[in-house]
Amino acid sequence: MIRDVERETMPREDLEALQLKRLQAVVNRVYHLVPFYRRRMDKLGVKPEHIRTLADIRHLPYTAKQDLRDNYPFGMFAVPMDQVVRIHASSGTTGKPTPVAYTQRDLDNWAELMARTLAAAGVHRGDIVHVAYGYGLFTGGLGAHYGAERLGAAVIPVSGGQTRRQIMLIQDFGPTVICCTPSFALYLAEVGREMGVDFARTRLRVGVLGAEPWTDGMRQEIEKRLSIDAVDIYGLSEILGPGVAIECLEAKQGLHIFEDHFLPEIIDPATLEPVPAGEVGELVITTLTKEAFPLLRYRTRDLTSLNLAPCKCGRTIARMSRFQGRSDDMLIIRGVNVFPSQIESVLMETPGVAPHYQLIVDREGQLDTLEVQVEVDEAAFSDEVKQLQALAKNIERQIKDYFTISVKVKLVEPRTIPRSEGKAQRVIDKRQL
Amino acid sequence: MKVEQISVFLENKAGRLAEVTRVLGDAGINIRALSLADTTDFGILRLIVDQYDKARSVLKDKGFTVGKTEVVAVEVPDRPGGLALVLQALARAGVNVEYMYAFVQHSGKNAVIIFRFDNLEQAIDLLQKEGIHIYQGEEVYRL
Repeated sequence: MIRDVERETMPREDLEALQLKRLQAVVNRVYHLVPFYRRRMDKLGVKPEHIRTLADIRHLPYTAKQDLRDNYPFGMFAVPMDQVVRIHASSGTTGKPTPVAYTQRDLDNWAELMARTLAAAGVHRGDIVHVAYGYGLFTGGLGAHYGAERLGAAVIPVSGGQTRRQIMLIQDFGPTVICCTPSFALYLAEVGREMGVDFARTRLRVGVLGAEPWTDGMRQEIEKRLSIDAVDIYGLSEILGPGVAIECLEAKQGLHIFEDHFLPEIIDPATLEPVPAGEVGELVITTLTKEAFPLLRYRTRDLTSLNLAPCKCGRTIARMSRFQGRSDDMLIIRGVNVFPSQIESVLMETPGVAPHYQLIVDREGQLDTLEVQVEVDEAAFSDEVKQLQALAKNIERQIKDYFTISVKVKLVEPRTIPRSEGKAQRVIDKRQL
Repeated sequence: MKVEQISVFLENKAGRLAEVTRVLGDAGINIRALSLADTTDFGILRLIVDQYDKARSVLKDKGFTVGKTEVVAVEVPDRPGGLALVLQALARAGVNVEYMYAFVQHSGKNAVIIFRFDNLEQAIDLLQKEGIHIYQGEEVYRL
């Protein structure tokens, strides 16, 4: 289903004309309203009137996650607080989240984009949507929630956790759509099987799954076990939240990015130059319509490629390939963003733990696992087993408090974690995606 | 009254125990008693050796994490009920034994047991009051 036929199937020429008009407007706004952007643009010697074609975007400054941190908490907002009606946040690397803001018009656009997203997944009025994304500062829950309501569907705002209760609700309330992470979908399938639930006999029809990288193999597994169609959804709080891009049910081949609201570029993360059309690089997004939190050329760190060929669903907007990793060291563990530096800061606060550690990411069954290997130095060492086990448990508890995810801490001998001349290899990701 | 025990952190992987014994052997250090506590992830090797300081330095040079603990070497009659006698005396006084292990060598007709106590001084006082023989460090290293 295409919700906004005019916008989603525009001839590319018309779309690009609209994008240019909106790009010029957003550049003009941030130059005058966000001191950070004025400084950056002045430094580069670029003025809003220099943007005459879409290709001129390359004259504009990039925005990195660090820039958002440097302007913590509200320095990047482009409207006064009396126009802000909602604040969400994404996880940060230093314990501080990255707040993002929405005006009423932003929320309206977001709901509309999520309605488009859900429609692309085949969701319609009369559906019951089980939203198992987290609510709260994370954008997933409320984003899906308002989109489903905008579409006229009924929402069950379950949020995360309490898996068995969720399965009971799926059986009793009969949702037809589920929104959650792919790993949680598989976990539901596992727990459901233990409970003797046959998902083919529930009313679930489609899963709108995202917030972490997954593969076609995982899709087939989810589709088989939950007896649904599963489509990939993409979004990030800095740009909007969920509703930036979605796979269509018809093709399930690439995620359609709503180009009338977001201008995508693919760059080489090392040289920052655009890559040739169709090649893999880092996704960079400029928001075209955001009022409260507009961003120019935001470096998502997600690696993908763009396909401009029209899709069999009829959409003319670009499709992004499934994500192929990240250009920084961020890990996504069960949908939670984890930077190794955050783990490091937890370890640094633990007396007796050497500053050498390694993170081993793996997947057991369908759930991501994170093992934190820590070298034991003499200050922490004890001749008693219970003391060392308490040390490991203590670190596990602190990490759980910080990230809300359970990890396993493994104590290892000194000098067993490989040292390197330059950047230490902090992460070994064994997940087969 | 106290004996110096050296403890070594070992990951559970092949060859680590062999490496410790090789390092000590190469340095001409004799192991007098040992015990190994293991968990799924790691082990703690506890040793009484004839040259504590040297053992500590060669193991540290090889990158092992080592620790020092003071333990008590107790003479236990080598007959049925011999150990029970000692443990009952400790239990009556509420002294907690963290762990214990036996010495390889006998001392005359008696066995030598290494005890690790929570409260070392209290344990030594008690054992002496009960007339139970405790070895001096030097005696133990030379046994």
